[in-house]
Amino acid sequence: MSEHQNLMVCTGLTKLFGKKQALTGLNLTLGPGKIVGLLGPNGSGKTTFLKLANGLLQPSGGSILIGGHAPGCETHSIVAYLPDRMYLNDWMRIRDLVDFFADFYADFDLAKAMEMLQTLHLSPSDCLKTLSKGTKEKVQLIVTMARRAQLYLLDEPIGGVDPAARDYILSTILQNYSENSTVVISTHLIADIERVLDEVIFLKEGELKLFDTVDNIREREGKSVDQLFREVFAC
Amino acid sequence: MDWQLSNDRPIYLQLAEQIVQQILGGRYPPASRLPSVRELAAQAGVNPNTMQRAFAELEREGLVLSNRTAGRIVTEDIEMIEQIRTQMAIKQIEAFLSNMRQLGFTDTQVTQLLEQYAKKEENKDV
Repeated sequence: MSEHQNLMVCTGLTKLFGKKQALTGLNLTLGPGKIVGLLGPNGSGKTTFLKLANGLLQPSGGSILIGGHAPGCETHSIVAYLPDRMYLNDWMRIRDLVDFFADFYADFDLAKAMEMLQTLHLSPSDCLKTLSKGTKEKVQLIVTMARRAQLYLLDEPIGGVDPAARDYILSTILQNYSENSTVVISTHLIADIERVLDEVIFLKEGELKLFDTVDNIREREGKSVDQLFREVFAC
Repeated sequence: MDWQLSNDRPIYLQLAEQIVQQILGGRYPPASRLPSVRELAAQAGVNPNTMQRAFAELEREGLVLSNRTAGRIVTEDIEMIEQIRTQMAIKQIEAFLSNMRQLGFTDTQVTQLLEQYAKKEENKDV
């Protein structure tokens, strides 16, 4: 079936906020087994795109299909989403949150979540309220990555965490990698993640500027994606 | 093993070159088994698909053979390995000579310098 080949298909995907065009006619197909960087300056439509993929926003035009379905119940079971903001309940302990996820998602791997918590020296009995911003981000990322999803949509997963934890998170994403699942990472820290990526998407003012593999870009341009980004979006 | 990746060239080519260096350097002798793609990708902190592509490149050159049951092995063809070693040596010499020329040395002067240097090193060893 075509769903197997194309995990996500966007056709003329458009989102308007009043008169403002947040996304304009985005055509994009993502296959399985890829790690994809979603790159673009502030306000280029990255978060809007990820929200559309999760049904948190409805398209103003065009369509987005994940595994053949519009975002909804069917897709939530195969998509693990890390939003760009905190959604944690302050009164919970880390352990409560992990149990909550384990109850909620059939594909949640409890053992893996506990192992990741331990590696990052996070105590399950800590109350979420007492955690720093960066630590909360780590917890949120752990419960997202501990799912065995087909599509991971990570909105700025490494922005707020320290460089050592960043390395760990990237290696976790790499170890998690399977031929069936695809990871989309939106970030500004291109140099940090470039060697982890298969493909990159450049968004500029809501339009698809470039969609290609990292090595194709390096071959063609003779420079890294990070350098290309700085040129394309020079202020 | 430290993997050095520069910014100006495709990652898979750099990975392939560094695997070749490890084969020439004896870390992976002829006919020996290579670690899995996943293992090496984790070690280098790169995407497994990129490491896979590096191996595909080496397989195309014939330096690495894919063995359906036992992963990948280095070729047994010692002649081929020697040939690649010589090619790499020539490249190093060319780069060295071009640097020396920039410093204003003629090739004859460079040869003399090298001989003097070799003698000094010999005396050190004794």
